[in-house]
Amino acid sequence: MRNLDKPKRRWHIVVFLLPAVLVYTAIMIIPLFGTLQLSLFTTIDREQVFIGFDNFRTLLGDERWSQSFWNALKNNAWFFLVHMIVQNPIGIAIAAMLSSSALRFSSFYRTAIFIPTILSFVIVGFAWKLILSPIWGIAPGMLDAVGLRFLFEPWLGKEEYALTTVALISVWQFVGIPMMLIYAALLSIPDEVLEAGEIDGLTGMSAFWKIKLPLILPSIGIISILTFVGNFNAFDLVYTTQGALAGPNYSTDVLGTLLYRTFFGFQMQLGDPNMGSAIAMMMFLVILIGVCIYLFGIQTRMRRYQF
Amino acid sequence: MKSTFLVATLLATTFLSTAASAQEVTLTIESWRNDDLTIWQDKIIPAFEAANEGIKVVFSPSAPTQYNSALNAKLEAGTAGDLITCRPFDGSLSLFEAGYLSEVGDLENMENFGSVAKSGWSTDDGSATFCVPMASVIHGFIYNKDAFAEIGVEVPTTVDEFFDVLDAFKEDGTYIPLAMGTADQWEAATMGYANIGPNYWKGEEGRLALIAGEQKLTDPGWVAPYEQLERWGEYLGDGYEAQSYPDSQNLFTLGRAAIYPAGSWEISGFNAQVDFEMGAFPPPVQNAGDDCYISDHVDIAIGMNAASPNSEAARTFLNWVGSGDFADLYANSLPGFFSLSNAQIEMSDPLAQEMVSWRQDCGSSIRPFHQILSRGTPNLANEYWVTSANVIRGTMTPQEAGQKLQDDLSSWYPPQQ
Repeated sequence: MRNLDKPKRRWHIVVFLLPAVLVYTAIMIIPLFGTLQLSLFTTIDREQVFIGFDNFRTLLGDERWSQSFWNALKNNAWFFLVHMIVQNPIGIAIAAMLSSSALRFSSFYRTAIFIPTILSFVIVGFAWKLILSPIWGIAPGMLDAVGLRFLFEPWLGKEEYALTTVALISVWQFVGIPMMLIYAALLSIPDEVLEAGEIDGLTGMSAFWKIKLPLILPSIGIISILTFVGNFNAFDLVYTTQGALAGPNYSTDVLGTLLYRTFFGFQMQLGDPNMGSAIAMMMFLVILIGVCIYLFGIQTRMRRYQF
Repeated sequence: MKSTFLVATLLATTFLSTAASAQEVTLTIESWRNDDLTIWQDKIIPAFEAANEGIKVVFSPSAPTQYNSALNAKLEAGTAGDLITCRPFDGSLSLFEAGYLSEVGDLENMENFGSVAKSGWSTDDGSATFCVPMASVIHGFIYNKDAFAEIGVEVPTTVDEFFDVLDAFKEDGTYIPLAMGTADQWEAATMGYANIGPNYWKGEEGRLALIAGEQKLTDPGWVAPYEQLERWGEYLGDGYEAQSYPDSQNLFTLGRAAIYPAGSWEISGFNAQVDFEMGAFPPPVQNAGDDCYISDHVDIAIGMNAASPNSEAARTFLNWVGSGDFADLYANSLPGFFSLSNAQIEMSDPLAQEMVSWRQDCGSSIRPFHQILSRGTPNLANEYWVTSANVIRGTMTPQEAGQKLQDDLSSWYPPQQ
């Protein structure tokens, strides 16, 4: 009789969780703590010496290191801002247009816009470098054809435009992601809701603003956080278009390229894994703080609707 | 009976083949020169194997940008090849200090090399040498002879003449005067600053004074090259800010540009691509009759993995690399990579002959920041890439550039504090 009162051990939960926990621990959590450990040491005469938080103190306190770090963080923030201002609204707008039943060839557009997302960074970076090249590129010729040649600048080579240009290339590549997620969210809105709105006089644009947008807000939140994490981890595109020195004059230097140069070294500069790990930890912190703000500040307040 | 015979034959072949391989040693070369793979396989290695029976050599290069990190990882794991191609200065020095490279200064043929040749692969005090020098690269300007004839200008020898030539090309408009861009930044430093600079800081004299702390990067000799670079901007092609290194090479080989600020490593590539006649001239001096100096940068050497099980064979190979035979073979297979050996070498390529002839009239010096000065953080070599490009783009004045580099250097280098 007593046996029945005792809650049953649910072994199957452990069994189902185990593989994922093991793999995740092995390839994510252990390396994360390994990086943290590495960042607390320094190399003196080929020996690893524990120095506490000195690497972080140098990174944030030393004039040169902190200048590089804040420059990279500032560029990262701008990179993210361009994505939030350009990529996500365009993605939402395209998704809204695609979901409208009046549009013909919608599956063709959907595929065409999504294709750059599956291309490699290297291909995208190289192709855009050629398109924008002042010597062989088609951009100056196309502007010339419409009489706007004077607008052409060697964008990737000018300090004031380079970062925005790289960000817009990235937007071009990844605009398919918000489009797909929003498109899926829009399709899941039941027709009954929209028809009820229509009876109450909500059609066209106002149906979008008043009914669809509130219903896809959770998806927009997810997209924002994905964009945030992706942008603050950015490295590949800058590396392929501007090189590891992130020229001109470090104007496209993001945390990823700074980490790369510090950790692995570059040309005459020898790598410093300890300082590199400190930068990696800072990147982790920035992303962690951003995600926490989203999770606790925004997601918990978001209203969900049940149909 | 028949089966016994078969087994016996099989056993015999097994033993025989083991015996054969025991005599033969295979040496593996680690290198970043994947461009040279065919030359090693078809010319250099057969020549060595013909002279040294029983030693086989395998050339196994990796991509240049990955070489340093790949090599370090292999050495740490104990899987690196027997012979290691050495980058100059600190990259190899740190490997030697970590015990990964053996000392090779006692090889018989090392006497073929002077102290400048060995400087890239010796300890700071010069007491130990750990790689056998293979080649250096010389900087200067390669020009389109047909274009010069068409416009009617002569090869410049002074800075004023140099700018007169550039002006003539600019006025004519058929050719881009100078083929260079600032997108990749390093050309501005290597083919710009380090190319024209030795004439101002007087080659080794200025370089050693800088290391000793007797000169500063804000001194006229170190700022003046920036003043010349500042003027280059207006002679570069339209949109040079986004022009990359391959873009510049193509502009020149397609005959669209007149002068190419060059390193001698371009020679073999250019020979294969151009359909006009090329010439070369050394960096122009300030006043006619001034002493001239060129950048003759030690670039590549080869050393021995201290953990190699085939050290005897490896030493045989390295000694051969130090010989005149190798110098001759290498310099002629790869025009533009000039042997550092004192042995007399006949080169067949006219452009290579022209460039190497400057060694007789001009003082040789290596790039200014590669020895000792690029050890600290911020890294001086990286910083002079960035500042040189900034000066050409006009976003930094020569004085600011000199001040920035001096501040960077004095922030960690005691003799400059």
